[in-house]
Amino acid sequence: MTTRLSTTKGSAVEVRGLVKHYGQTKALDGVDLDVRQGTVLGVLGPNGAGKTTLVRVLSTLIRPDAGTAVVAGYDVLKQPRQLRRVIGLTGQYASVDEKLSGRENLYMIGRLLDLSSRDAKARADALLERFSLTEAAKRPAMQYSGGMRRRLDLAASMIGHPQVLYLDEPTTGLDPRTRNEVWEEVQRMVADGATVLLTTQYMEEAEQLASELTVIDRGRVVANGRVAELKAKVGGRTLVISPSDPAQLAAMGAAIGDAGLDGLGGVQTDTAAGQISVPILTDAQLTSVVGLLAARGFGIAHIETHLPSLDEVFLAITGKKAESQDGSASASADGPAAGSAHDKQEVTV
Amino acid sequence: MTTATATLDRPAQAAAAGEGRIGLRANLRHIGALSRRNLLQLKQDPESMFDALLMPVIFTLLFVYVFGGAVSGKGHQHDYVNYVVPGLMAMMGMNISQAVGTGINDDFKKGVMDRFRTMPIARSSVLIAKIVVELGRMMIATAILLVMGFALGLTIHTDVLHLLAAIGLSAVFGASLMWIFILLGLTMRTPQAVQGVAMLVLMPLQFGSSIFAKPTTMPGWLENFTKVNPLSNLADAARNLINGGPVAHSVWMTLAWAVGITVVTAPLAVARFRKKT
Repeated sequence: MTTRLSTTKGSAVEVRGLVKHYGQTKALDGVDLDVRQGTVLGVLGPNGAGKTTLVRVLSTLIRPDAGTAVVAGYDVLKQPRQLRRVIGLTGQYASVDEKLSGRENLYMIGRLLDLSSRDAKARADALLERFSLTEAAKRPAMQYSGGMRRRLDLAASMIGHPQVLYLDEPTTGLDPRTRNEVWEEVQRMVADGATVLLTTQYMEEAEQLASELTVIDRGRVVANGRVAELKAKVGGRTLVISPSDPAQLAAMGAAIGDAGLDGLGGVQTDTAAGQISVPILTDAQLTSVVGLLAARGFGIAHIETHLPSLDEVFLAITGKKAESQDGSASASADGPAAGSAHDKQEVTV
Repeated sequence: MTTATATLDRPAQAAAAGEGRIGLRANLRHIGALSRRNLLQLKQDPESMFDALLMPVIFTLLFVYVFGGAVSGKGHQHDYVNYVVPGLMAMMGMNISQAVGTGINDDFKKGVMDRFRTMPIARSSVLIAKIVVELGRMMIATAILLVMGFALGLTIHTDVLHLLAAIGLSAVFGASLMWIFILLGLTMRTPQAVQGVAMLVLMPLQFGSSIFAKPTTMPGWLENFTKVNPLSNLADAARNLINGGPVAHSVWMTLAWAVGITVVTAPLAVARFRKKT
C-alpha cells in the first residue's frame, strides 16, 4: 500500500523550513511555501535567489540539509520514488535529447513511464500535435529553434499526466513571440487542472501566469500572497503627469512638492521622460494635485495613474532593485544576457 | 505519517506502483528504451562509430606489418598474426569501453540527465543501457578485427566454440572495465579530462602486458608487472583459446578480475550517479 502524507487542506506542495547550503552560500535558508492544488504559484527572485535549488530539491535531484517538503502527498526525502511518478519538470535548459527527434524523445519518455509501445506512440503524436510540433516531429531536436525546444520540453513533462509541474524559468532566453507561445501552453495546462510551481525572474511572467506569489531573495522568503495583495502592500497608485511645456517640468515638480498636500509621497521628476511621478493613496489627493496645477496655470499634456509594477513590489520588499528593473517586457525579451547587464546597475538602498 | 489520507485525485496510478519499487520487467523495459536512445544517437552521429570500425583495421595492419617482421623475422609476419590478433581482442575491449566514460560525462552537460533522474526509473538503468550499447559496439569491433585477422592469415587451431569463448571473455572483461570508465566519467569535470586520464592509465597497461610481445623478452621487473596485469591474463586466455594451450589459469584470473572490478566499481558508480548534482 502506498502511504501518503496529509497536507494542509488543498495544498499540493507544502515546504517547511527548507535549508540547503553550499559551503558559505546559503542557497536555501529556511524556505516555507505552499502551492494550492490546481493553482500556479510564482516563485519570484533575482538570479542566485535560490529558485533553481528549490526546484531541484522538490524534484528529488538534490537533498536538502534541513526542512521538509511534501509534494502531492509524498515526502521528498522519504518517498522519492513515488514522488517521481507524479511530478513533471521543465528546466531552465531544455531537458530533451538533442540527437533524437521530437517524436523519439517523447516515445522514449512514454516507454520509461511504462506506457505500452502503442500507447507511447499515440501519446507522443497527440502531444506533438498539441504543441504544434507535428511538422518537425522527425527532425533531431538540435535543429529546433529555442521556442520549439522549450515546447518539446513541456510536452515531455506532460506525458505522465503529472499532478504537479515545476517550470524553472521556462521563458528565460526566449524572444517575445516564443515566450507568449510558452505562456499560452502553461495557461492551457492550468486550465486542464495542473498544479504549477513556476520560478521566474520576470515580473511580467509572474503577473501573467501566477495567481499567488512567493518572493525569495538570498534563499529566504521575503514576501508572499496573492499578486494583488502584494501590490497593495507596497502602497497605492502612482500619479504620472507630463506638462504641456517640457521646460516647466522642474517648476511643476517643485510646485507639487512645496504645496505640502496632506499625505502625499515624495515627488520624483524624470527629465528624460518629461514626467513627474507622485505616489498617492486616495482619490482626494489626485483631485488636489490636479486642482493645484490648474490654479497655478500649468498646462497638462498627459496624466495617468497606475498600480505599482512587480518591479516596484520587489524594490519595496527587498530594498533593492530586481534585475529587470527597466520594464519587464523588454527585459524578458532580452533574456539572461540583458539580465546580467542590469545586475551592474543594481542599487542597494 | 498518516496512511492513505490522499488529498489529491488520481492516487490509483501511484498506488498501483506499490511503494515505488521498480520491478524486473519494468526495469528491463527501461533499459531497452534507454539503449534504443543510445543507438539512435549513434545513428545521428555516425562519426562516433569510427573507433569501433577503423581501430581494428588500423591496429592489425600496423602491428602485423610494422612489428610482425621484427618479432617473427622478415617474411614471417603471419606467424605474428596468431599471436597479436587474440591480444588485440583484449585491447579492443579496453579502448571501446573507454568511450563510455566520455559519453556519460558529456550527457551530464545536458539537461536530459536531469529528466532521467526525476523519472520513476532505477537510476542504474541509465548506466546499464550505456553498457549494453557499448558491448554492441565492442562486438562489431571484434568482428572486424577477426575479418582482418583472417585476411592476414589468422588460423583457428581449436574450434568455433573456443573462439566464441574468447570473444565472450573479452566482452565480460570489457563490461567490467566500463564501470571504471563510468565512474571516471562521473568524477572528472570534462570529457577531455576523462580521455586524458584514461589514456595515461591505458597506455602502460596495454603495452606492459603480453598483448604485443612475449613477456619473457622483457626485463625482469616488467615481466613481473605483466604477470599481475589483468590484460595479460585476458590476452593469454584469448590466445590459448584460439591457438590451443592451457587456458584454466588465465580464464579464471580474467573472470576473477572482471567480477572484482564490477563488485567494487559498479556500486560506486551508481552512488556517484545518484548524488551528482
